[in-house]
Amino acid sequence: MPLIDYGNGNPAIADDAWTHVADGAALPPDRPATISLERWKAERDGLSGRNLPLGVRLESHERIEEILPDLPRLALIALDFPNLNDGRHFTTARLLRERYRFGGQVRATGQVLRDQIDLMRRCGFDAFELAPGKDGASAAAAFEEISVVYQPAADTRPTAAQRRNRPPEQAVAG
Amino acid sequence: MYAYDALDDRLVRERAAQFRGQVARRISGALSEDEFKPLRLRNGLYLQLHAYMLRVAIPYGLLNADQLRALARIARRYDRGYGHFTTRQNIQFNWIRLEDAPDILEDLAAAGMHAIQTSGNCIRNTTTDQFAGVAADEIEDPRPWAEIIRQWSTLHPEFSFLPRKFKVAISGSPNDRAAIAVHDIGLSMARAPDGGTGFRVWVGGGLGRTPMLAEAIRDFLPGEDLLSYLEAILRVYNAEGRRDNLYKSRIKILVSALGIDRFRELVEAEWALIRDSALRLNEAEISRIRAQFAPPAYEVAEARQFAARRMEDTAFARWSTANLFSHKQPGYAAVTVSLKPAGGIPGDITANQMVALADLADEYSCGEIRVTHRQNLVLAHVRQDRLYDLWRALDSLDLATPNLMRVTDIVACPGLDFCGLATARSIPVAQRLSERLAEIDERHDLGELTINISGCINSCAHHHVGHIGILGLEKAGAESYQVTLGGSSAEDASLGKIIGRGFSADEIVAAIETIILTWLEQRRDGERFLDSLRRTGPAPFREALYGQD
Ligand code: SF4
Repeated sequence: MPLIDYGNGNPAIADDAWTHVADGAALPPDRPATISLERWKAERDGLSGRNLPLGVRLESHERIEEILPDLPRLALIALDFPNLNDGRHFTTARLLRERYRFGGQVRATGQVLRDQIDLMRRCGFDAFELAPGKDGASAAAAFEEISVVYQPAADTRPTAAQRRNRPPEQAVAG
Repeated sequence: MYAYDALDDRLVRERAAQFRGQVARRISGALSEDEFKPLRLRNGLYLQLHAYMLRVAIPYGLLNADQLRALARIARRYDRGYGHFTTRQNIQFNWIRLEDAPDILEDLAAAGMHAIQTSGNCIRNTTTDQFAGVAADEIEDPRPWAEIIRQWSTLHPEFSFLPRKFKVAISGSPNDRAAIAVHDIGLSMARAPDGGTGFRVWVGGGLGRTPMLAEAIRDFLPGEDLLSYLEAILRVYNAEGRRDNLYKSRIKILVSALGIDRFRELVEAEWALIRDSALRLNEAEISRIRAQFAPPAYEVAEARQFAARRMEDTAFARWSTANLFSHKQPGYAAVTVSLKPAGGIPGDITANQMVALADLADEYSCGEIRVTHRQNLVLAHVRQDRLYDLWRALDSLDLATPNLMRVTDIVACPGLDFCGLATARSIPVAQRLSERLAEIDERHDLGELTINISGCINSCAHHHVGHIGILGLEKAGAESYQVTLGGSSAEDASLGKIIGRGFSADEIVAAIETIILTWLEQRRDGERFLDSLRRTGPAPFREALYGQD
């Protein structure tokens, strides 16, 4: 599955260092791993000895609020999009970044398509596991398509209103 | 009116280019139809029964003359020479080819227009009172606020995949001409004790399968907090709204399931956390936008000539009684251009009429045209001493039917002639009704009486709030029309009630005629239909329609 990593402020096709581990399967001894929210809640105490990065996967109906105190222990939150219509995790990502100040990776998984990833990035996602069969290199161009944003979000892009009302010496033409 | 600056302009051009790429990927097969559908919907492109339909956004129903000319060019070049105005103050073209859609979006962008979010499960075009900025009863012109909402909601990254579509309406006046009670969010301008402007906020209205009137969620919201409050409502809805059942996914269902008090608690708790953020509107930006809605330079107009013409010409007198709205500027009037000639298709307009009307707008009304949610157009700033000339020009274009808010001013959706969701035709019913009822109105002066016809339960023509509502259903393979009485979308908003069993396509015109004739027997001195009905109840109508059965 192609992974686009936007962690450094530039989209790059990356090799995935992470393994998504199914419930009941053993965690790899040498690689960072993600587990489901349910498993995390059941095993979090037992996992305190592990010194490889850990991540948690949330399905679209699951709430990040369930594990807020655990966020400092987690290096990655994977938010799943089961289909093209379920937009709940756009909100989850913004809350993670803007309200809970999560600094690890926020990764979109599932039905992740080129034409949604720029909106996802604005909400705070910084890694995108594209749906199977999708071309990562051409998808990265999606981040360049729209250069004007009207509303504040989890990214740091100045909004149109902020650009318009800047002091004159900073104003950019257009 | 609002003119795009370089940023607005860049965004719509980039959006058109983006869609060109998406269409190319669809045509090459890189995108499946399932993947493409949400993208085309968010650019206004529907697949209908015979072709693609493109719905162009007309933010809060406001157009300048050049934009109307651009729409005429699109109608000629890419469609069959006409367009259809909708109850959401937008325009639809019914015969579009997918390959042409990117060029059309580019042409729109060049005219400062777009089709962004005119469909799909996202925030739709914000609608308002067609007499905004003109009406003497308004607290403040709502259009700057509608433009602020337009910008905030455009390509909103968090709210582009909501459980369902989301509609906001805003009224500047306590006399609601924007039907705010039947919108997901309704905003009514209000004044704070200290004189500042803000809004009374309503939530959870909507029609469709489960019609509901909105409930008040906040008595006063300061203007500067508008966007954070909207964002709080949308965030609660995005997280909590149902996604398992299409018919239960609108915010009205969430509000009624939680109860307005619990819903309010959730919204207020969220709002407390985001109120003090970059969403707070700053005075500079509000003023920048407000300045663009400043009233035009009015002239001193003479009223005497108007009165004299009314005496001389009864046809003109009749039209000016029906189709004028009083303007806050003395000597001016706002003119409603009826798109409802007897026997015509409600809301349809030809390219030739568009061009001619654009010229008339330039000549008589500061180059501005408005679309109403009853599918008519408005020239909002006409000198009274020029009304007679304007009326003659409109009459020669077949645009001077004197029937605003009267029985032939029928609101109808495209129905089974075009729409893939329809269960019955609505256009031919509207045409037959308007021909028949024009005569009765002529004889009896029926006054204000609205008829709305939807071709399926989605209720695009808002039949629940027509004084008489008609809903086209399908029963055992045949069209069956259900009639509701007593709806209203004005400040006395109410939902119509079903009168009894439905009528076939052959019976429906006679049934409506029976209702009207029955009312005439009950009517007390010039009463409106709605007021008589509220007084007598439905019994006389039921008896006339169904006898004792
Ligand atoms: S009410 Fe039904 S038939 Fe009419 S336009 Fe809406 S979806 Fe189509």
